[in-house]
Amino acid sequence: MELLEFARGPALTFALTVFIAGVLFRIAVIAFMWRTKDSSVGSERERPAFLAALQEIGRRMWPLSVYRQRTLFNLINGYVFHIGLAIIVFLLLPHILFFQDLTGLYWGHLPNNLIYAVSIITLISLIAALVMRLGNPAQRIISTFDDYFSWLVTFLPVLTGILATMHLGARYETLLALHILSVALLLIYLPFGKLMHFFLVFVTRSQTGAHLNHRGAQ
Amino acid sequence: MADNNPFDRKPARTLGEALNERGISRRSFLKFASYTASIMALPPAAATAMAEGLAAARRQSVIWLSFQECTGCTESFTRAKAPSIEDLIFDFISLDYHHTLQNASGHLAELAREQAMEENKGEYLVIVDGSVPLKDDGIYSTIAGMTNLQMLEDTVRNAKAVISVGSCAAFGGIPGADPNPTGAVAIDRIITDKPVINLPGCPPIPEVMTGTVAYLLSFDGIPELDHLGRPKAFFGEAIHDRCYRRPFYEKGMFAKSFDDEGARQGWCLFEVGCKGPVTYNACATLKWNGGVSFPIQSGHGCLGCSEPGFWDLGGFYKPLSTGKDGVLKYAAGAAAAGVAIGAASAYAVRSRRKTIMGNATQPVATPDEKEAK
Repeated sequence: MELLEFARGPALTFALTVFIAGVLFRIAVIAFMWRTKDSSVGSERERPAFLAALQEIGRRMWPLSVYRQRTLFNLINGYVFHIGLAIIVFLLLPHILFFQDLTGLYWGHLPNNLIYAVSIITLISLIAALVMRLGNPAQRIISTFDDYFSWLVTFLPVLTGILATMHLGARYETLLALHILSVALLLIYLPFGKLMHFFLVFVTRSQTGAHLNHRGAQ
Repeated sequence: MADNNPFDRKPARTLGEALNERGISRRSFLKFASYTASIMALPPAAATAMAEGLAAARRQSVIWLSFQECTGCTESFTRAKAPSIEDLIFDFISLDYHHTLQNASGHLAELAREQAMEENKGEYLVIVDGSVPLKDDGIYSTIAGMTNLQMLEDTVRNAKAVISVGSCAAFGGIPGADPNPTGAVAIDRIITDKPVINLPGCPPIPEVMTGTVAYLLSFDGIPELDHLGRPKAFFGEAIHDRCYRRPFYEKGMFAKSFDDEGARQGWCLFEVGCKGPVTYNACATLKWNGGVSFPIQSGHGCLGCSEPGFWDLGGFYKPLSTGKDGVLKYAAGAAAAGVAIGAASAYAVRSRRKTIMGNATQPVATPDEKEAK
């Protein structure tokens, strides 16, 4: 119970403080950063930048046919754990109550049993993502600490959440405390690694789309 | 014993003999033993052993010490509605000292305690309700000129075992809640050389207290305890796991207030702050008032009263999955700091790039010019 007290109190306070400061730091850097003036003449095919940005966001949801065959598993697997994580995080009532406590917002939830099933699928999908990364020599070479640690801090909350729900390995309050601590670790790391794509994925895609559009890429 | 001693006792009989005299049949006695054995989740054979053990047991001297407490535990203890034979069991416990229940007062009351300790050296049980204040030499709670700490140490010195009833004695409880102005501590923080059984709860379930005493009498030993010193028989499972509303939790059907349709339909109370998932007690199985109901059945979430620090868990009506109050207390500062440091970093990079770009636009000297210089 003392561990749970620590997790719900000081650990969460610290993690949320770092998370808020970190995310706003990253966004502020992007917002105030130097933008090199592009004096080049745009392509004849250049469309309005906003439209190109939106198109790029949509286009990157599914790969071009030439890459599809090679990336099909990772692609589908990626969708599975991203959608799974979204369902777990935003549609389980205890999580919604957590957000409501922080923001005052409240929305509908799914039955807990359904979330348990989604959690298991997500866990398997995350393991598959790691196996695929480790099994591919080229991908292994280009993988950095950020890749593995981002995977770990995403995986641990799912794992500890399932263990807590199913009462596996320890008493519920201990597992719940570990779950909250793992979320705290995720919150602390999120702004400083690739997980920042949670906030920036559409920003970066828009920027790429606008840039390629200027150069006339189709 | 001197003839004029007001506490002179009859020769000790066994419990079995005494029950016979009162017309309690062996069948009734076995029924009680089976009931007690079953609520403690003992194997079937233990019921007979318990009956034999109890029948052969002699009147157990019990000294009940009340420290920083509200007498709620005694109120609960005296309202055990289990089979009436259980009440008789307590006729055969010699409750030699108990502020609320004893007739004697003043120095006679203290004499009773001292005499019980002397007569039953090494054999008497000490039951404690209430925490012990340690701050400022324990002056915040005294009895007969003794601090609680002095009385506890003095009384327990020759005791067989100690039972801490209620969350105050077991974990510090409300007196020990933040900011704990009297430095209140649990009994097992002070008594470390004797067996201490914790029976927390605010108050504990009557049958948990009577059942544990019956176990001690029957088997002359300590029941199996969990890591917090609580008998596993009563504190082995979370209330959430034995709650009749649990299926609603799994289905995602929650009462959102105490008077909405969900509350009327008896749905899960997690959203209105129930602490059942992290509370270990027998409320959902033994229930209260002779098995009539328990808090969740009556429509209120569990407060978690049998857990350490339940008073400081962050609010009775705050869902368990939320952070404690104040987790966002540094949020505004963090946001301001994040934006400020981010902007400053961006500005530093811009300045540096400006300098580099400025240098790059300077005409590059030819080799001849360099040589000339």
